[in-house]
Amino acid sequence: FPGLADVSISQDIPVEGEITVPVGSHSPDEDYSTLDEPVKDTILRDLKAVGKKFVHVMYPKKSSALLRDWDLWGPLVLCVSLALMLQGGSADSKDDGGPQFAEVFVIIWFGAVVITLNSKLLGGTISFFQSLCVLGYCVMPLTVAMLVCRLVLLAGGGTISFIIRLIVVGAMFGWSTLASTAFLADSQPPNRKALVVYPIFLFYFVISWMILTFTPQ
Amino acid sequence: IACLVMYFFAEFDDAANLLAANPDATTISIDEPVETPKNQHSRLPEPGREEDDELLGTDDSDKTELLAGQKKSAPFWTFEYYQTFFDVDTYQVLDRIKGSVFPVPGKNFVRLYIRSNPDLYGPFWICATLVFTIAVSGNLSNFFIHLGKPTYHYVPEFRKVSIAATTIYAYAWLVPLALWGFLMWRNSKVMNIVSYSFLEIVCVYGYSLFIYIPTAILWIIPQKVVRWVLMVFSLCLSGSVLVMTFWPAVRDDNRRIAVATVATILLLHALLAVGCLAYFFDAPELDLPAPVLPEPIIPAHNGTTIVTKSH
Repeated sequence: FPGLADVSISQDIPVEGEITVPVGSHSPDEDYSTLDEPVKDTILRDLKAVGKKFVHVMYPKKSSALLRDWDLWGPLVLCVSLALMLQGGSADSKDDGGPQFAEVFVIIWFGAVVITLNSKLLGGTISFFQSLCVLGYCVMPLTVAMLVCRLVLLAGGGTISFIIRLIVVGAMFGWSTLASTAFLADSQPPNRKALVVYPIFLFYFVISWMILTFTPQ
Repeated sequence: IACLVMYFFAEFDDAANLLAANPDATTISIDEPVETPKNQHSRLPEPGREEDDELLGTDDSDKTELLAGQKKSAPFWTFEYYQTFFDVDTYQVLDRIKGSVFPVPGKNFVRLYIRSNPDLYGPFWICATLVFTIAVSGNLSNFFIHLGKPTYHYVPEFRKVSIAATTIYAYAWLVPLALWGFLMWRNSKVMNIVSYSFLEIVCVYGYSLFIYIPTAILWIIPQKVVRWVLMVFSLCLSGSVLVMTFWPAVRDDNRRIAVATVATILLLHALLAVGCLAYFFDAPELDLPAPVLPEPIIPAHNGTTIVTKSH
């Protein structure tokens, strides 16, 4: 670089400024300031975030709150409660009963991971954990359906209760699929949307099937 | 001898470019009766000729062979490498499914639809759908068959999902692996004109399983004749896709080995269908004799008890 050959720092220009970087500026990571707060505040803040996401799932609009601040507490709670409620049905017959606790867990988490990988491989721009978060939170309508089914089954089996359960599970299945599609569809390339939505449909269908075929012993 | 020499030249890039620039030069030397390379839409009695033309006569296939080699250039430990296997749009997947359900006689599925862009989306999700369809349909069909019987208590039979998954995924991945290995081995002995990559074979097998999804749903009908008719029909459709794909690959080989290979492919395919029908769907005429008990109290499903003796 010939132009810079005769640039030199002359001795009499003082160098000024501060070397240290000011701490505690506008970083979004506020770990330093939250370290001193009481534990109750931390837990309440997280619970509020989880609760806000549940509300977002109940009224699915295209909001980015669910995507931006992802967390996996909600999906974990939903998955565990769904798996627990699916126990106690025909558990005596070893081979032909309903799904075990571990099977429900594996289906939900492994299914969510596979769907996320699928959407990323097809060129989606959503991040891995954001997608897991959305898919997990959208299991909530089906967990509610499971609760309703168990209550209906307490009143007795039979055709009427089966029809009620079918309608409830069907409605919740539609709600789950629509909610997750509303959140995830925008991040996909436009000519591959159906390729991404179909596995989500299959995933919630399988969970709905497990809920619908639950028969107490 | 001339066609063998031309085949060797096709292995080198610059010679292939030369061939692509001069398609007429190759076609004249290959076929004994001189056929024009444009003549691909006429109804040829032998599907093999058409595939020869499609494969070596046009410069499209040469270019796509070259492009296929250049496409997947990312190293295998990066994410982009695996993204190349999912480089399909919705309409392409639907076209491939349509091609597997309505096989056009004489058209090779791989050459026509896959065109050196094999994808893993179709095989994976068709197998997943098939697994759950078979499990759910089997469960439903057993429920309807045993519905009126007093001793029947409905069970979801969730174990069968794992068994179905293992069987179908093993079939869709191990059989193509074995077939690909076998074809590679025969390729080293006999100079075959047509050869497929492993992913193309997986693709063909995956898409050929699609016809079993509606078949499994229709198998809920508890009539033995209906089920067997459906099975034969779907076996013919998907079997024909497989045969038309693999016959050109083994045709130049020893006659008996070629016939044995195609027969094995069909046999395994039939075994899968028959095995699924036998294992997941109970036979409709299976009528367990009701146990003759001295008029017990039978608890019905709705919770009330029926006391058969008089009060």
